[in-house]
Amino acid sequence: MLFGRVVGTVVCTEKVPAWRGQRLLLVQATDPTGATPSGRPFAAVDLVSAAPGQHVFVVRGREAAVALANPENPADAAIVGLIDDVHRPDAEER
Amino acid sequence: MFLARVIGDVVATEKHPHLKARKLLLVQPEPTPGRPPLPAVIAVDSVDAGLGDLVLVADEGNTAAQVLGVPRGPVRTIVVGVVDQVEWAREGGAPKPLE
Repeated sequence: MLFGRVVGTVVCTEKVPAWRGQRLLLVQATDPTGATPSGRPFAAVDLVSAAPGQHVFVVRGREAAVALANPENPADAAIVGLIDDVHRPDAEER
Repeated sequence: MFLARVIGDVVATEKHPHLKARKLLLVQPEPTPGRPPLPAVIAVDSVDAGLGDLVLVADEGNTAAQVLGVPRGPVRTIVVGVVDQVEWAREGGAPKPLE
């Protein structure tokens, strides 16, 4: 699972039936602190009611689809947690 | 599977039900000489690994489900072993950089 920050929302009136009722958000992958972006933003199914600006973690690949109630859907990224804190002693010492 | 170092942990109150009560570790893949470092990722713990441990991490959903003994869910990165020792075949320790 990787770290990300919610940078936007995606609205699709017309979408695959398996995604009906699901929220799609735009996520920018980041380092563990959420401060440094990496790569380009991607769309992810939101399963934890995340909001723009929030620090989240994301699962990618087939496991994203399995996170939905109906696993027969084409999701390749899903937000599965809101990050409260990353405890990283080596970084805190610096 | 890959070798990684446990460098921290992640606290998340609001998460997918499948992840409830799971310990989430921050793991840094071990560096390969001559290659750019890979980003640290979140892995579910299954072996009670601790800070500073060198661990074996699997990154496949079916593996994770089997190890956790649950149906498939949104977990694919899982710590499956605490490494006691690694021996490189080449004399002198570290592997040659991959071309």
